[in-house]
Amino acid sequence: MSEREIKNLEEIFEARIARDEKIEPKDWMPEKYRQTHIRQMSQHAHSEIIGMLPEGNWITRAPSLRRKAALLAKVQDEAGHGLYLYSACETLGISRDELYEQLHSGKAKYSSIFNYPTITWADMGAIGWLVDGAAIINQVPLCNTSYGPYARAMVRVCKEESFHQRQGYEIMLTLCRGTEEQKAMAQDALNRWWWPSLMMLGPTDDQSVHTEQSMKWKLKRKSNDELRQQFIDQTAPQADVLGITIPDPDLKWNEETGHYDFGEIDWDEFWQVVKGHGPCNKERMKARVDAWENGEWVRDAAMAHAEKNEKRKIAKAS
Amino acid sequence: MKNNLYNYILTIADNSLILAQRLGELCGHGPTLETDIALTNISLDLLGQTRSYYQYAAKISGENKTEDDIAFLRIEREYKNCLLVEQPNTHFGFTIARQYLFDVYHLMLMEKLQQSPDETLAAIAKKGIKEVSYHKRFSSDWVKRLGDGTVESKEKMQEAIDALWRFTDELFFMTDAEKEMAKEGIGIDVSEFKSTYYEEVSEVLKEATLAVPESKYFTKGGKEGIHSEHMGYLLADLQYMQRTYPNMQW
Repeated sequence: MSEREIKNLEEIFEARIARDEKIEPKDWMPEKYRQTHIRQMSQHAHSEIIGMLPEGNWITRAPSLRRKAALLAKVQDEAGHGLYLYSACETLGISRDELYEQLHSGKAKYSSIFNYPTITWADMGAIGWLVDGAAIINQVPLCNTSYGPYARAMVRVCKEESFHQRQGYEIMLTLCRGTEEQKAMAQDALNRWWWPSLMMLGPTDDQSVHTEQSMKWKLKRKSNDELRQQFIDQTAPQADVLGITIPDPDLKWNEETGHYDFGEIDWDEFWQVVKGHGPCNKERMKARVDAWENGEWVRDAAMAHAEKNEKRKIAKAS
Repeated sequence: MKNNLYNYILTIADNSLILAQRLGELCGHGPTLETDIALTNISLDLLGQTRSYYQYAAKISGENKTEDDIAFLRIEREYKNCLLVEQPNTHFGFTIARQYLFDVYHLMLMEKLQQSPDETLAAIAKKGIKEVSYHKRFSSDWVKRLGDGTVESKEKMQEAIDALWRFTDELFFMTDAEKEMAKEGIGIDVSEFKSTYYEEVSEVLKEATLAVPESKYFTKGGKEGIHSEHMGYLLADLQYMQRTYPNMQW
């Protein structure tokens, strides 16, 4: 293709995005659009899969049968989200095995939040309330993103995520209405998950390298800082209802702006975690790589069995 | 009579809870995303069944019990699950072998139990049948895939079948509560389908190109509360929260 032809295609492409048309797998798209989507969608898929581990950690110890069942169902939903997102990603011409390879080699990232440990039952509440809450703020705009398969996956993901968030909040509410010990457990979980949840919305706008391009492709509608503000405005009153305190002495309602003011995020911690040195980065990766490696003989068996069946079918037909 | 019925329900429900607990340990660690989803799904089904049984048992206990009291406040000696379901995951072959050996029995039991004159038990069984037939399809398919897959997978599947075989006979052992309930026509005489069970299992093992174990040495005790050493650890995990923070709402 000549440069002029490519330029022409690019113009048609940009015009389609401007008209809010969905881009579908067989449509022409700029290579950078494809790559950016592979990066973001796979990162999203990986986050769902790694995200099963901190919550999976409490399945065997959930305090009631009802909570155990809800937690199992939630983790199962997450595996399902991972599955849709990998499938959506595969429409861009990359295989799931390649995506796993990127995850296991550390080339691809996943959400920094899952590098924090779940050390009490209340963490199941805090994760649902705060982590899924922040995820929803990030993800709802994606239901209208320009790449069709991603947008459609997000519609289903968002429905289930908001259900999980309510469930998480309900866990917190039960703890906060419970005994002193339970309330202290809830407060402690909020203390530990608050700042990492704010970090989920990404670096500040002046530090965010992908924002401008993502806005153009409607992968993003609002900046990281706007989304973070939205999350804080929505969450602070919920903490009041629970009767527990957000661990930020600078958090205060601002009459003038109509928003909450809040304190400085520890960005050194954020970058440390993103670069692989958070509290559980090593454990999470090890668990995934071990699952993959220990499962190799199982996947090989499934392939070998399928091939044998295929041969038997052919032999029978002839 | 009530006491027998109560104990009878537990002999069925404890199997589901303990197996659900074992499967729950695997979450996020499976060989593929699809098997992870399937195993959590099975775990969730079994837990759902457990809750229905325990709620019923709690009601007839006449002691103001809840499903959670039954799950979290009984000691190891009071648990009536068979030894098979408490066996560790070891590797995927063990998980599949344990599941398959249990599913065949479980489906046979549900099919009988749905005809029980006890309406609650019959209703739980009726709902459970759909789930358990799905479980059996999953586990028997995997027995075949692993058995008739690669040289390595065949070895591993055979290893698991051979190791777990000694727990199969217990499935057909009848405790006093079971015998009483069977005599009253409410419970199921599981010994009746023992030979059908071995026939079906042997057929699938053969199809999976695996050897049917010849060993006639079996182990039992779980149904009477005499468990393997694995059980204490399993309950320590299961009951940790309720033991540490008693009498609270979660």
